[in-house]
Amino acid sequence: MKSDNDLKATSLIGTPMRKVEGLDKSTGRALYTDDIALPGMLHGKILRSPHPHARIVSIDATAAEAMPGVHAVITGRDMPTRYGIIPWTPDEYPLCLDRVRYIGDGVAAVAAVDEDTALAALERIEVVYEELPAFLDPHEAWAADGSTPYIHEPKKEGWNGNVTKMVHLEFGEVEAGLDEADVVVEGEYFFEGTTHAPIEPHCAIGSWDGVGRLTVWSATQVPHYLHRELARVLEVDPASVRVLQPLVGGAFGGKSEPFDLEFCVAKLSMRTGRPVKILYTREEVFYSHRGRHPFHMRYRTGATRDGKLTSVDAQILLDGGAYASFGLVTTYYSGQLLCAPYAMPAYRFDSTRVYTNKPACGPKRGHGSVQPRFAFEVQVDKLAERVGLDPIDFRRRNFIGEHTRTVNELRVTSNGFLECLESVERASGWAEKFRRLPFGRGVGVAGSTYISGTNYPIYPNEMPQSAVQMQIDRSGRVAVFSGASEIGQGCDSVVAYIAAEELGVPLEWVRVLRGDTDFTPVDLGAYSSRVTFMLGNAAIDAATRLRRLVQEAVGEAWEVRPSEVLLADGHATWAPDTARRMPIAEAFNLAEARSGTLGATGWYNTPKDVHGEYRGGTIGASPAYSFTAHVAEVDVDVETGFVDVRKIWVAHDCGRALNPVLVEGQMEGSAYMGFAEALMEEHVFKGEEQGRAGLHHAPSLLDYRIPTSLDTPALESLIVESIDPEGPYGAKEAGEGPLHPSIPAIANAIYDAVGVRLDRLPFSPPNVWRALERAREAGSLGKPASPGAGRASAAGAHDADAPPPGVAEPASVEAVRGD
Amino acid sequence: MLRLPPFRYHRPSTVDGALGLLGEFGDDAMLVAGGTDLIPNMKHRLFEPAHLVALRDVDELRGIREEGDRLRVGAAETLSAVASNPDVSRLFPALAAAAGHVAGPQLRNAGTLGGNVCLDTRCTYYNQTRFWREALGWCLKKDGDVCHVTKVGRKCVAAHSADTPPVLATLDATLLLAGPEGRRELAVRDFFVADGIANTRRQPHEILVEIRIPLASARLRQAYAKLRQRKAIDFPLLTVAVAAECEDDGTVVRIEGVVTGLGSRPRILTGWDEVAEGRVLDDEVVEELASRAHRQCHPLDNIIVDPEWRRAMVPVYVRRALLDLRAA
Repeated sequence: MKSDNDLKATSLIGTPMRKVEGLDKSTGRALYTDDIALPGMLHGKILRSPHPHARIVSIDATAAEAMPGVHAVITGRDMPTRYGIIPWTPDEYPLCLDRVRYIGDGVAAVAAVDEDTALAALERIEVVYEELPAFLDPHEAWAADGSTPYIHEPKKEGWNGNVTKMVHLEFGEVEAGLDEADVVVEGEYFFEGTTHAPIEPHCAIGSWDGVGRLTVWSATQVPHYLHRELARVLEVDPASVRVLQPLVGGAFGGKSEPFDLEFCVAKLSMRTGRPVKILYTREEVFYSHRGRHPFHMRYRTGATRDGKLTSVDAQILLDGGAYASFGLVTTYYSGQLLCAPYAMPAYRFDSTRVYTNKPACGPKRGHGSVQPRFAFEVQVDKLAERVGLDPIDFRRRNFIGEHTRTVNELRVTSNGFLECLESVERASGWAEKFRRLPFGRGVGVAGSTYISGTNYPIYPNEMPQSAVQMQIDRSGRVAVFSGASEIGQGCDSVVAYIAAEELGVPLEWVRVLRGDTDFTPVDLGAYSSRVTFMLGNAAIDAATRLRRLVQEAVGEAWEVRPSEVLLADGHATWAPDTARRMPIAEAFNLAEARSGTLGATGWYNTPKDVHGEYRGGTIGASPAYSFTAHVAEVDVDVETGFVDVRKIWVAHDCGRALNPVLVEGQMEGSAYMGFAEALMEEHVFKGEEQGRAGLHHAPSLLDYRIPTSLDTPALESLIVESIDPEGPYGAKEAGEGPLHPSIPAIANAIYDAVGVRLDRLPFSPPNVWRALERAREAGSLGKPASPGAGRASAAGAHDADAPPPGVAEPASVEAVRGD
Repeated sequence: MLRLPPFRYHRPSTVDGALGLLGEFGDDAMLVAGGTDLIPNMKHRLFEPAHLVALRDVDELRGIREEGDRLRVGAAETLSAVASNPDVSRLFPALAAAAGHVAGPQLRNAGTLGGNVCLDTRCTYYNQTRFWREALGWCLKKDGDVCHVTKVGRKCVAAHSADTPPVLATLDATLLLAGPEGRRELAVRDFFVADGIANTRRQPHEILVEIRIPLASARLRQAYAKLRQRKAIDFPLLTVAVAAECEDDGTVVRIEGVVTGLGSRPRILTGWDEVAEGRVLDDEVVEELASRAHRQCHPLDNIIVDPEWRRAMVPVYVRRALLDLRAA
């Protein structure tokens, strides 16, 4: 939806602006959930399972309950209702009922006068467990035959209870496409799990007023879903539940479903009549997890001699951890989001998500598609090399185009991918670098796409996905009531920019009242990169209604056409003669006198006819797709295995940058996060041989390494604006897409540097060193050959400037056909 | 957030005052200087002292200055102060480098050189919360009778993980300790014992007063190399300190290397003099020294980072340190 304030160019949109809450955050004034203390507030703690898989035989809390200062102890029996973010896979209880499924699973909760008393009380709760064999390896979980208890009860007799979801989708003639291909590359890839590591741990406060109203403050990114689940699980009328979302100190997908602490603070408050707060420890943040799934992936990809993809075949095993979380969607996303920006004549994916006795995996920035994108973009790099093409050229040749459909029938509208490729190619000096840098240094490229929200909400309904309410004060101040989840990405700012843009008021006059389900219209939450697109359109909708009232009133007063009245720069101005103007507050007062109190709602709902006509075809459907390309330049220390990423050029088609500073922040943050996953992050667990199966390897930010500022490469953001026909002012997403290519671009750069393929994450020094050692033994360490150098028939001659071809044979398994 | 166990905090202003408090509270008391190691360890319930005796007001533990034939560094001088001190940088650049490599800036502003010298050993099975350790099963170093690293051993193999002691050892530094029976001086190289549970000769009720470095050591060529995955914050996966006395033409008179991040005490590499004495540090000598280091170092799974890789890095980092030393 474009604004119809067509007579003027935008004045604020597209310019660098401060975040509306930025100053409060940088001065420490901003309130996060843990900053809130209520009179009489108690503190809660959750007792967690030390076993990866066990039956709860009994829980005796009498000693804990008898302790001075302890106000209540609750267990699973107090909230025996299953929940789950996806309505089809509810498989969790707020506290475990009769079975624990990972080390860290919640078993009981205490409310006490202070944290120390609550902690002491936890030690007095006697839980008797009967240990069960644990499944840690997803392959073993998948192969289970029921001879030891499954992690969950099978949905049907004879089914494997360790399987969350299987998806098999096939488009076009996959085997024929592979048969026709001149080159087929087969590869096996492994993406190690990673977690979000937000700086703010999860925190929630529950307050029951004693007469039926429940209020919960939470560091959540989905207040609306939390609202629904609290009402359902706690059996409180939804009209009596209020969820407040203070500012959130980072989320990245790790706070996008209800967590045990939110139910526990509510229940403990209902039990005690006093407010109760629970703040996770860092260790608990690691256990609650819901981070990126480990993926075991196999790809077969075919291409013609002239570099056109013919067919893609993928097999993926997702290691889901103990609960479903978003896993049903993750399983679909693992395949559905791969079909752009390259045209694929045929595509098949076979994805299975299994349960294991580890913390549950879920959505992390780039949900479900970062892992396959890593594998696929490395596949593409291998194919390009096989057919003797520059990998950027190869990608260009397979460009899917704009205003088209993917092989899996998803509608693609605007598409700036070619411009993204060109931007990174030019900015990075690609032509002078690829295959030409000295041994040990290399460049790599990768591309990707991502959704701007999902067309279908998590629970089926026809209502708007996002809405705002706006009202205008006689002073000229504009209040926006927004239910969107500000998690640092800037959605409060976006609605303020739009209100200021459309109503012509200074940005400082806009107040955003947010994060309160009692007073703000429903927005579904901060996930799937939906907010700018959907909330932005809703805000334009509301502001446009108000603007028209003002234009009509001023037009009437001036006896001119309303459409000739411009609202900008704090004034209403007559377009044909801009000397004729009045202060905007005066214009608002005219409108209020004419139409009554100035308020409007605005909303957005997604198009529902742009998906595939098959089971699962709605998953992955989005009103618009963003596109990204990265070039990474790396140094590989061949002696130690250290990879130094010198720089990443990030080009991203965000449709239109409403505020380029925020877009660049998202692009840099995304590229950083991908870089971190590429080089360092490993969310891993001990095996039996390390003393305790399923025990988190090291749940702290000291040992779970995320890069410091010193480790972070130079990042250059190159904004590409394709002006989407349906986005607000043409905008699409920028928060997740720019993460995807980081990892494969780095992998491809490492190959360019030393001729070693890294098909398993992370590229940590020990892992890289081992790969280098293997290559050294195999004699394959060396600069790869230039495109064309290994293909005598192609260019006819070696490029004179190119270094002599090294050992061209990559270390991974590849099958070449037709050569 | 993890909670601290309750304790009483004492802040004496003299060494004798601190010793008196230690005497009074016995095993219930611990010393705290910067607290950057102790406080997290207390949060992990590795220590739950009823009394903390703070050293921050004890003036005698401050000051970096030349005294006679040595540089004395007060034990409570912060790592930042040591790293940026002009005398330290001029005389003992490897010490400045090592101090500057500890953790990150905020921690170096609080953590002290004395604390780094007395740093508790670290192990992936030990530096964890009580919940985690209980889920695992207690270990030899804390509350248990099994070593999760070696599975069989009755000896704790937690890793000495401090940056500065290897350098101090190569510089022939000594430590002045004050105890109830008076004061004594110990060489840094003799300070550590191969016991991960308590790896120093400091008695629980002794206070490290100062670190003394002979000015004569300033003539040594020195270098320091640290293996870590991040460029800040991380404890060493391996550190190498090297120092050599050379004639003007580069002929080695004496050379020493100390490696740590492996076992419970810094390892003083042996057999180096016989390789290098009377020779210049050419590439051949460097390789031979590196290969001797490699043969002597066997990292364990006490740190979660791949021990085979850490072992392979021993000769690399020794060589890199020696090349730095040669260029010094």
